[in-house]
Amino acid sequence: MKYIPTIGLELHCELNTKSKVFSRGINHYNEIPNSNLDLLDLAFPGTLPVLNKEALRKAFKMSLALNSQQPKELIFDRKNYYYPDLPKGYQITQQTDPVGINGYLEIAVDDKKKKVLIHDIHLEEDTASMDHYEDFSLIDYNRCGVPLVEIVTEPCLHSAQEVVAYLETLRNTLKYCDVSEADTKMGQIRCDVNISLQKEGINTLGTKVEIKNINSFSNVAKAIEYEIKRQTEALEAGKSDEIIQETRRYDDTTQSTIRMRKKVEAIDYKYFVEPNIPKFKIEPEYLEKIREEIPELPFYRYERYVNDYKLNKADASIIIKDKDFADYFDKCALIMDPKIAANWLTVNILSILNKEDISISEFYITPDLLKQIIDKLEDKTISSKQAKEIFIKAIEQKREPKDFISSNITQVSDEGYLKDVIQKILNNCSQQVEEYKNGKDNLFKFFVGQVMKETKGKANPVITNKILKELLDEK
Amino acid sequence: MSYKTKSIETLHEELKSGQIKANELIQEAISEAKKYQKDYNFFVTIDENATYEGPIDNMLAGIPCAIKDNLSTKGMLSTASSNTLKDYIPIFDATAVEKLKEAGAVNIGKTVMDELGMGSTGTTAHTGIVYNPWDRKRMCGGSSSGSAAAVAAGIVPYALGSDTGDSIRKPAAYCGIVGYKPTYGLVSRFGLFAFASSLDHVGVLTRNVKDAAIVIDNIKGQDEKDMTSINLDQSLYQALDKKVAGKKLCYIKEICNIDEYENPSKELKESLTLFQKTLDKAKALGIKVEEVSIDKTLLSAIFPSYLCISCAEATSNDSNLTGILFGPRGTGKSVNQIMKDHRTKGFSPLIKRRFVIGSYVLQQENQEKYFKNAQRIRRLIVNKVNSLFEKYDGLILPCSAGPAPLLNQDNEEQISTNDILENHMAIGNFGGFPSITIPNGFVNDLPIGINITGKVLDDANVLNIAYAIESTMNYKNQIAKENTK
Repeated sequence: MKYIPTIGLELHCELNTKSKVFSRGINHYNEIPNSNLDLLDLAFPGTLPVLNKEALRKAFKMSLALNSQQPKELIFDRKNYYYPDLPKGYQITQQTDPVGINGYLEIAVDDKKKKVLIHDIHLEEDTASMDHYEDFSLIDYNRCGVPLVEIVTEPCLHSAQEVVAYLETLRNTLKYCDVSEADTKMGQIRCDVNISLQKEGINTLGTKVEIKNINSFSNVAKAIEYEIKRQTEALEAGKSDEIIQETRRYDDTTQSTIRMRKKVEAIDYKYFVEPNIPKFKIEPEYLEKIREEIPELPFYRYERYVNDYKLNKADASIIIKDKDFADYFDKCALIMDPKIAANWLTVNILSILNKEDISISEFYITPDLLKQIIDKLEDKTISSKQAKEIFIKAIEQKREPKDFISSNITQVSDEGYLKDVIQKILNNCSQQVEEYKNGKDNLFKFFVGQVMKETKGKANPVITNKILKELLDEK
Repeated sequence: MSYKTKSIETLHEELKSGQIKANELIQEAISEAKKYQKDYNFFVTIDENATYEGPIDNMLAGIPCAIKDNLSTKGMLSTASSNTLKDYIPIFDATAVEKLKEAGAVNIGKTVMDELGMGSTGTTAHTGIVYNPWDRKRMCGGSSSGSAAAVAAGIVPYALGSDTGDSIRKPAAYCGIVGYKPTYGLVSRFGLFAFASSLDHVGVLTRNVKDAAIVIDNIKGQDEKDMTSINLDQSLYQALDKKVAGKKLCYIKEICNIDEYENPSKELKESLTLFQKTLDKAKALGIKVEEVSIDKTLLSAIFPSYLCISCAEATSNDSNLTGILFGPRGTGKSVNQIMKDHRTKGFSPLIKRRFVIGSYVLQQENQEKYFKNAQRIRRLIVNKVNSLFEKYDGLILPCSAGPAPLLNQDNEEQISTNDILENHMAIGNFGGFPSITIPNGFVNDLPIGINITGKVLDDANVLNIAYAIESTMNYKNQIAKENTK
């Protein structure tokens, strides 16, 4: 019997605003704990939330990027519970009318397109971060009040592979919209997974298990795979009662999921409308302005690169990962062969960026400067080895590549001239020609070496090879 | 006493002319506050070092005032009369307090209140009962008990208060003074310790209507720290002209007609008679006064709806009182135990009861039946009253079934036969309507009040009508005379 997993995801993502979502506290990572604080972050009596317009704009931007429906009026809700990481005793979130509902994100899995359905996207505040020790805990309120969007999918994913493809596309989308740094290492993205298994051919969903707060995409995949295995084994052994509605967590060291609480122990959050933030109308013009700021999104760029530019999928995936990088590529593709440009970007340029730890926007060689090299390479004035050398020199000396493409380094492609040079060499090396003719094939490289020596390395290797072959065959 | 019955306007003139000195006035207020403190308990904190050195460039400059203890005062104890905050010294001023300071007002102390603003008796403060300056055997009403009493006793010409159900207007009535709650949002709530955010208002207690207008003029205005705050580009003080001929008021038959009550008490009869007499005075001013009828079922639903909504919001709003970040730290092995210990020891039984009600009505399985229905009733009432305001400038009603009750009675939250009459002023909070109580004479030698409520942002009109009616009576600037009967 085969079991089909059905998976839904809740992704929490910190927005990259200057200040917090309801207070004036600074929204920026600070290694000094409890330094980015405002009165509201510590819930002093009498403090009130004031909605950060920028956070709202970014939340709506994601809502639009995820093809969601936006509410006509905006309200926030309170989620009430006691925990030291939540000084107010409630979290301001959106339960009734979130910034987006019924959206979707298109992804590519195994060459197939898939629409991942988005149940809703809402704006809320983050809690403080806590470090637990054996007999005490430390609280850092810096994170308290940081704007979060929570993006909730429908239960429409069926494998770890699909989930990872969705998460990667979503992360790229978040970055493209400039709403988040979306860095899992910084805890800017955290993920809850809901998973259930059902027999193939049966339409009702199985018992739902929730795995909370997974902090990396690879751990999401591992947690899902572990959970599929655990549940399949239980079902196959006829122990379906082992699978109960519960919340588990993923344990990195044992690479397994561990029970946190059963559903019966679920908390009643006593949601109600936040009275300190007045209901206000969302004007279509306001949304339209935000929509105009959304760039072409990574999935659609990927499609365009593969279909229109005929890039290979690996290159296309690499290029779309970073919006500025893809923008750079798009500029190149207009002025040079896109495939050559893609090759340069994914090999030479990326290695420089990685080595120097800079972004493409800080990179010295602009598409126009790159064109200077590629043009000469294409008309075979320079070799690819020379091209690379010029590329490096230009970066090192911050000069235009064309400065290094002087007459004495350009390739010798003149066939008549090369023919004369090669003829002369072959005449002088009659012994080696004899040995070559007798089957010592690797002497071919020797002749090439001689040509290069004679031309100080400037002979076009392709033409050299061609003429050498012709002349040797004639002998 | 040289200044006790003087209005802000008069004090300002005398300060400006040099007839009186600000610091003498302030010293006198401080010594009066201390004199009353032992027997009446109006203050949580008296600032004996309060002085004024600035210019007399504003109506409030150099004039002493008092502030309810649920308004945040930078560097000065702000307890909201709760043990959970008994040592809490804020690092910031409430916007209203900040604006008073900018106007040159001199805060001489923080007044006792019902704990966290909940309650209407002035008996639940962590520092003890507030006694009525007209009669020590009686309560002041609440929750702005100390503010009302300090003004009634003549210690200060005005005090800030807060009003969630009738917390300014009821104690004002029981203390024989003016209590004014402006339109919701007109005064920023930033720095007001929240009780029920959708119902909370900052307002003022004074001894005459004009003073109330002056104080609110100085503290009103949109505040970027409170999203619900709004502007009113109008001087309430300058709008007072007593030109009320042709204005229209209505009163609710089900509240004001003695025939609606089974076995009415003598006090109730006298109160309603005084009310009718004042209506006659209003008519004499050229105001048209008409009787309207509202379904008694709807009126009876005001108090339970108020309780549902206010308790629900309060249980959430006061969830910050855990003793973790401020307030006395509880003891226990776990964080939950520490918070539980702090709250168990810190809150009075009334607060705990209200939190239980609030939690109950918010529970998922109860929310529709209680909390959401309460909100629906709130909307029905507001719609009904707004429809009256299409025709009338305001609603005029008696504040209570009689004068301040005796302290030995168990008055807290008992549903009585006078339920509608005692609780109708929450209408002003439901709709955020401007609402003012002014003295309306005496029953058993104890003051009672009359209330006028108008439509949102029509504060100037409401104040002007109150100002005109006030002028037909002799209670303006009165201070409490201890009733020894």
